[in-house]
Amino acid sequence: MSLILLFTTALLIEKIILISVLFAITLGVAAYSTYGERKVAAFIQDRLGPNRAGPFGLLQPLADGVKFFTKEDFTPNAAERWLYILAPGAFMFVACMTSAVIPWGTQLTIFEKPVDLQVADLNIGILYIMGFVSLGVYGIMIGGWASNNKYSLYGAIRASSQMISYELAMGLSIIAVIMMTGTLSLKEIAAQQAGLNWNIWYQPLGFIIFLVCALAECNRAPFDLAECETELVGGYHTEYSSMKLGFYLFAEYINMFISCAVIATLYFGGYNFPGVDPGWLGGFMGPIVLFAKIIFFIFVFMWIRWTIPRFRYDQLMHLGWKSLIPLSILNMVLTGAGVLLFEN
Amino acid sequence: MEPSGYMPIVLQSLVALGFVALVLIVVPLLGPRRKSDKKNENFECGIEGQGNARMPVSIKYLMTAILFVLFDVEVIFFYPYAVNFREMGFNGFFAVLMFVGVFLLGFYYVLRKGAFEWDR
Repeated sequence: MSLILLFTTALLIEKIILISVLFAITLGVAAYSTYGERKVAAFIQDRLGPNRAGPFGLLQPLADGVKFFTKEDFTPNAAERWLYILAPGAFMFVACMTSAVIPWGTQLTIFEKPVDLQVADLNIGILYIMGFVSLGVYGIMIGGWASNNKYSLYGAIRASSQMISYELAMGLSIIAVIMMTGTLSLKEIAAQQAGLNWNIWYQPLGFIIFLVCALAECNRAPFDLAECETELVGGYHTEYSSMKLGFYLFAEYINMFISCAVIATLYFGGYNFPGVDPGWLGGFMGPIVLFAKIIFFIFVFMWIRWTIPRFRYDQLMHLGWKSLIPLSILNMVLTGAGVLLFEN
Repeated sequence: MEPSGYMPIVLQSLVALGFVALVLIVVPLLGPRRKSDKKNENFECGIEGQGNARMPVSIKYLMTAILFVLFDVEVIFFYPYAVNFREMGFNGFFAVLMFVGVFLLGFYYVLRKGAFEWDR
């Protein structure tokens, strides 16, 4: 009995360490994405970008963080005080939860003890992520409504309407992947794509649909209608200041990071790379490969943002409902027929 | 999968909740606080606020929300099929094709009714 207890305590400590490290990495990546975003924008627009704080402006995210922390935390009189405070917290909380089911690698060997590089191997992994992604709407909707500001409310309604519209096509494109792999567990999906047997070769259309939907779910340009400066000032976070605003902006970058991780895991082999064993370097090779892919996709997200102009709202809705949903249904049916014909 | 598999999720939610609560409690104490009636008004491009912000919005947003619920439920039905799709073979596939047909029929109906005509 005491042996079992000891084992579970060890497992508990292991999980707590993994979660803390993952948390630190997530926040770090999100912070440095803001720096990366500005540098990529500067590169694309032939400017220098941040270069004052530290060498190459590398301390810029720290400076921004200090500024966020020491600004006045403002609440307008007309706002619904408690909801106004809770909304950014809810948004951030949801963003921090999704990293739990992503397989960051196979196994680490620390002090000759194998450590799983996944917080929880849920057998419904991808549904868990979809669930938390859809909860993100609440943070935006409550924040926009509680501010009692016209711009905030319109921004929030636009954002939630857009997010639920693109969730349909996203769910349908994931179904095609599940038909290929036969499992909802992200760990198994990643393990099946060993070497160069990546899902992208079988699901090119599904990948494009998923990428577009991921951009829309993260409220990234060209789908950033929710914070369309020319029409809505700041969108749903117009009234927010200090770290509450910081939470909204930060959570958006965390969502982008997680989306890129999901794209890499579902379509680009996760921690697999031909000729590279994820078990090398005591298991650290898997996370290195996965992070290389994630950083590449974060770059693609930024590249898209600074290249393509923003859609009009009706164009956004037409794309979501009239193009992506029929296309993803077609993709699903074709995948089903293809798998059945080739495997029999 | 036994329920104990969800233990790490609970741990992660505690860590996330702790972080969020800590920041939301500590940060308002760090910044300055300067209040005035004019400043605490809602932002409305510098002019005085006109009426309540919570006005009725376009019916199209409500349409989108209702259609989302409808179609999302149908999409959810595909998930259990997709997991067991290989064992069910062609018979299962044709059954699902009929379901897709119903889905598309409903889709075509709302399309023809003009539910997605945002510019009208």
